[in-house]
Amino acid sequence: MAGIPSRHKSLVLLAGVIILQVVLLAVQIKRDSQGRLLRVWTVSAVSPFQRAGAKGIGNIRDTWSHYFALQNTSRDNEQLRRQNDELKMQVNQLQSKAAEADRLSALLNFRQGQRSVPMLAARVIGTSADTASQTVYLDRGERDGIRRNMGVITPDGVVGKVIESYRDTAQVLLLTDKDSGVGAMLADSRIQSPVGGTGEPLLSMKYIPTDDTVNVGEHVVTSGMDRIFPRDLPVGVVTEIKTGRPFQHVRVRPAANLQRLEEVIVLLTLHPLEQKKEAPAAVAPTAETPGKRVGGTAAVNP
Amino acid sequence: MMNDAFDLRLAETHIEVHKFRSGAIVAAAVLSLMLQAFVPVYFPKFAVLDLPLLVTIYFGLSRRNPSTGLLLGMVIGLLQDSLSGPTVPLGLYGIAKTIIGYLASSIGARLDTEHPAARFALTMMFFVVHQGFIALTRRLLLAEPEPWFTLRLAIAAAVNAVVAVVLFTLLDRLRRS
Repeated sequence: MAGIPSRHKSLVLLAGVIILQVVLLAVQIKRDSQGRLLRVWTVSAVSPFQRAGAKGIGNIRDTWSHYFALQNTSRDNEQLRRQNDELKMQVNQLQSKAAEADRLSALLNFRQGQRSVPMLAARVIGTSADTASQTVYLDRGERDGIRRNMGVITPDGVVGKVIESYRDTAQVLLLTDKDSGVGAMLADSRIQSPVGGTGEPLLSMKYIPTDDTVNVGEHVVTSGMDRIFPRDLPVGVVTEIKTGRPFQHVRVRPAANLQRLEEVIVLLTLHPLEQKKEAPAAVAPTAETPGKRVGGTAAVNP
Repeated sequence: MMNDAFDLRLAETHIEVHKFRSGAIVAAAVLSLMLQAFVPVYFPKFAVLDLPLLVTIYFGLSRRNPSTGLLLGMVIGLLQDSLSGPTVPLGLYGIAKTIIGYLASSIGARLDTEHPAARFALTMMFFVVHQGFIALTRRLLLAEPEPWFTLRLAIAAAVNAVVAVVLFTLLDRLRRS
């Protein structure tokens, strides 16, 4: 205290003594959650400098890396862009696989629900070369047990039937082809009538008598009368009704998405599926117009 | 300079600095601490008094040396902390009495503090300031809710001031004549 004026010596002493006692207090006091008060004070005193230092160093580092050390940025950008493209491709592939897995899962579920009917899953590998016919090719053929006139479906509904079977592939006539058809009935009223293609996205239910009541939105299912498809498979939904004589003109939207087929199920049987005896109250003609053929295959074969 | 006492002339005021018999300050401090520690056991209302504070004020006012005043206050305060319960950490009274010792010595060097009225007023003021520093320390360092001022504090200040007038007269007898 040699350099301190005498009138201030007592003040300096006071300050020193007070500080000593405050430190003494701090050593003794222990806060519940933060430990000893001395530590709290020390941390509180030091942390602003640490924070400021860290922020300053961070800013310097950011400035350096963002504005000066850019010699590798272009290369990194290129690499990242390439990686981004690869990742996008991977994402697309994974999304595609996930969608495929969903579809296959639906196929599996459907197949497990129809254990009595032998089935074979097949992948659509091509379509017809001309626009007039609605056909697709499958990746399965005779070696897998596929024969002509076998039914082809998806879990959503009827697709069509096999019109040609080769060694490793098969050609399927879709339900929308104007030469195609399937034995069907209205799900609610159980009125039977074949449903045939028109060459357009919608199907036609041709033989509903004018006196019968049909509602838009009513579901159409297989009747089983063609002995190819099991009964009650979804065929489509009634979307349009026009009166006519002697039959109404009923348009049906296919239940299966025939525009985007990727996997289908082939019903591996040529034996007539068992039909339960039923006496329908109003039975429409269950056969096609006599003499009509569907791509060499009887669409409805009474 | 006199043998038993010497004079200071500050701000044109004649201030007398007193000396005490050897061991008088220590004995008074120890006695005040002992009384403060043990009498309230038998007479709880005695706790309203702060004898160590009164001793600190008295010797601060009499010695009129801020350095010795604050050191005396510190020692008495720390001893009082030591004799207090576990809820009083070392330094609580020490800080307060250090400041009171300093203030008393500083004021004693500028004012005539021999008159009973002055002693009464100064003691009341120092008592309140002392409690103020106690409250401040408790609030800031111990995070304890401590009221700044209560009626009980005012009464205690008055009681201590009254006792101080009597006590200081007794302590005057310890001065070297």
